[in-house]
Amino acid sequence: MKSAIEVRDLVKSYSQVKALDGISLSVGEGELFGLIGPDGAGKSSLYRILATLAAPDSGRAEVCGLDTGREYCKIRTLVGYMPERFSLYPDMTVMENLRFFATLFGVSVKESYPLIAPVFAQLAKFPDRMAGALSGGMKQKLALSCALIHRPSVLLLDEPTTGVDAVSRSEFWDMLAGLKSSGITILVSTSYMDEAARCERVAMIDRGKILVTDTPRKLVAGIGENLYNAEASDMFRLLTALRQYPGIRDCYTFGATLHIVAEPSFNPAEAVRRLAAEGIGDARIYPAKGDIEDLFIKLTRDEKQ
Amino acid sequence: MKNNEPVIAVRGLTKRFGDFTAVDGISFEVGRGEIFGFLGANGAGKTTAMRMLCGLSRPTAGEGVVAGCDIASDYEGIKRRIGYMSQRFSLYTCLTVTENLRLFATIYGLGSKEFSIRSAELYRWLGMEPMKDSLVGSLPVGWKQKLAFAAATIHRPEIVFLDEPTGGVDPVTRRKFWELIYKAASDGMTVFVTTHYLDEAEYCDRVSIMVDGRVKALDSPRNLKARYGAETMDEVFRIVAKEAQRTD
Repeated sequence: MKSAIEVRDLVKSYSQVKALDGISLSVGEGELFGLIGPDGAGKSSLYRILATLAAPDSGRAEVCGLDTGREYCKIRTLVGYMPERFSLYPDMTVMENLRFFATLFGVSVKESYPLIAPVFAQLAKFPDRMAGALSGGMKQKLALSCALIHRPSVLLLDEPTTGVDAVSRSEFWDMLAGLKSSGITILVSTSYMDEAARCERVAMIDRGKILVTDTPRKLVAGIGENLYNAEASDMFRLLTALRQYPGIRDCYTFGATLHIVAEPSFNPAEAVRRLAAEGIGDARIYPAKGDIEDLFIKLTRDEKQ
Repeated sequence: MKNNEPVIAVRGLTKRFGDFTAVDGISFEVGRGEIFGFLGANGAGKTTAMRMLCGLSRPTAGEGVVAGCDIASDYEGIKRRIGYMSQRFSLYTCLTVTENLRLFATIYGLGSKEFSIRSAELYRWLGMEPMKDSLVGSLPVGWKQKLAFAAATIHRPEIVFLDEPTGGVDPVTRRKFWELIYKAASDGMTVFVTTHYLDEAEYCDRVSIMVDGRVKALDSPRNLKARYGAETMDEVFRIVAKEAQRTD
């Protein structure tokens, strides 16, 4: 597969902080590629370099086969960038924002409309509303419409769904799937692990380094931990108690249950007996299947050690 | 509910902006020490409702009591008795941890003796002693969150309102923050929290879901899942929120 994004040994420092510490990454043409990692991992620094808004200290980055340093003018016409913070003009209307970005790129809203129509459809009902007065989900759709107005080959989306409700997030990801099928390459970062699972490949970044890159399925299969669910009526008490137990490497909340990362020697029936002796009589412990969230937690734990 | 005595009780709470009804006659109670999850889609009216509960906006209609103060007439009283942590990080990044806390303590009228007792207690509780003289801007996001929580609760409010406290936060840091919420609630503080992470809805004692300005569902996560035949709160939310008619 030809790559749309090619990054080699990228290093970027801000005074003493090493934001990117030798990152290499390759995203294929038409791929939907996800980036996950804790705050400050270096995700936004990578986006800024790919969008040609910052230069790396060393290493190289290519977008559509073009060097981000020498050929930034060309790259800007090929890339649609949606930064983490809402970056449209709040005191301009929906339509004014769209026209403004179209004019910047020398295109007309009309010729690009077929591409943005699925994203823009709901916004088309109130073209004269100020962008600042839109709800979170609508702001995000307008920002995506503006990032798409010049029909880019590569979409750079930096946490596009932060603060967006679950239903709007699903709709947003359906739209990304549609854009992908029209051939657009998408690099998207997220703090929602259910979204990471919808990517073709995912890379986890921490402290400026890539820890793993693979398909969600292979990442989950490779967690290699002995995982259990645990539940009781008083979950907080259960969590506190289980953390004290020998044979339990980690225990954390996981929606309606807790997840236990156990040593091979861990005996669930024995743990339930001990919990009952401590006054937690209704505890249940049974095997769990891991997902990307467990992987994230594991990698963060491994990094600390 | 941890206790039958409600610290929030509202009936028919309504807010209109011109001919648009943002909050349409909501009624509910929250008990002392309860973790109450306030869910809803973007634009469902959560922020407007929360602003009324916090004494920042006067209801168009309806009545209610928050922390013993009347919501329509004594909203200044409400502000003194509640804590509020906003969606956006709202501390001063160019001040130190202690300076930020002292600022909030002074705003809430704590004396210097009271401040040193309370801040020492919070540092111990949050494990923040080593960084009390660090500039807030230099702290990692997890510590910033803890500090924002400390600032919102420096005056020992009866209720703390947390508006998307974990938005954009990674899975590990989010979990640490929720353990803080658990601890605060087990010490008797009432926690009123909004979130878009539906695994977090499972951690609440009770959850309400707003749709088009109204409370469409309100119960414990367990009961809600049973009622909608759902495995997770994520499914419950999707079923309830899909009834929405408003498009923005």
